[in-house]
Amino acid sequence: MKKLWELFITFAKVGVMTFGGGYAMLPILQREIVDNKKWVTEEELMDYFAIGQCTPGIIAVNTATFVGKKIKGILGGIIATLGMVFPSLVIISLLAGVIETFSHIEWVQNAFGGIRICVCVLIINAVVKLYKKAAVDKITLVIFILVTLGSYFISVSPVIFVVAAAVIGIALKMWGGKKK
Amino acid sequence: MIFLRLFWEFFKTGLFAIGGGMATIPFLYDMSDSMGWFTHNDLANMIAVSESTPGPIGINMATYVGYITGGEVAGIPTAVLGGLIATIGLITPSVIIIMLVALVLESFRKNKYMDAAFYGLRPASAGLIAAAGLSVTVTNILPTTDAGLLFNWKGLILGIIIWVFTNFVKKTKKLHPIVFILASAVVGIIFPMG
Repeated sequence: MKKLWELFITFAKVGVMTFGGGYAMLPILQREIVDNKKWVTEEELMDYFAIGQCTPGIIAVNTATFVGKKIKGILGGIIATLGMVFPSLVIISLLAGVIETFSHIEWVQNAFGGIRICVCVLIINAVVKLYKKAAVDKITLVIFILVTLGSYFISVSPVIFVVAAAVIGIALKMWGGKKK
Repeated sequence: MIFLRLFWEFFKTGLFAIGGGMATIPFLYDMSDSMGWFTHNDLANMIAVSESTPGPIGINMATYVGYITGGEVAGIPTAVLGGLIATIGLITPSVIIIMLVALVLESFRKNKYMDAAFYGLRPASAGLIAAAGLSVTVTNILPTTDAGLLFNWKGLILGIIIWVFTNFVKKTKKLHPIVFILASAVVGIIFPMG
């Protein structure tokens, strides 16, 4: 029961502190779930993001479900996800009446101009951290560079990159022998 | 019944939108055309609002659409219920699918093929996030309201300052990310970035 409550509160905190989409959540997740709570490792978080890219739904929800499930089974997954969406429900319901005017207020727009810049830097920092854990040898370094450039310049579904990378991983490890 | 309809429409969105919150937007346009709950113009406003409130964008959009659609039933205000039902509809498919994936993952954790797949997956996952980070950085730094400038130089300076504080200054680099987000909001209000 205490664990469930902890899951709910932690993910509600992550929900409140996320400005933008799933990627903006990554630095907050690294801090709260990996560093503070130590519920998952950096590698597991990366796995969840990779899977979240090719399964339906919102990455934030997918990640919350994964972590909750790992810590406290099916109920844990549900509670963590509800925690994640709880702040949105409350904030949007409270603001809904005035919301159209809210997002057009000049200082609100200016505040978000600053926040967007900050979120960019935080995502870059998060990527650098992930990169160190993921690009462990020449092969993984090449995969990282190819996917970064490919995904940036060609607009194809991330599913293709994820599936291709998994296949390459299996092919190289199984049949490529021990060259590292 | 409006609530069943809301649940079903958002359930479908949650089931078919692959790749995160932004992937739900085409489904919302479709919903606008087929259901007539809101106009395209409303939708543009909703996207702006969802981006400027805390929480994942997809969830914010579902709550907001449900709220304005739920409105009133038989004179009773039921907007909050509408928001709740739309949101639950959106998250139900992914919760079920992720539970199944997690079960499979747990039983194959020690499998060497699974291990090899993740060996390739991790750098790809990091690469996808890097590309997304690169694209938001470029869109935030490049354009400016001031036509005479090539890039948003105030934003660039703020970005560099945050980068230095989060990586190199011993006293500040361990601070919680939210501290930097809030500080940047204040800086944004004092020095609008355009």
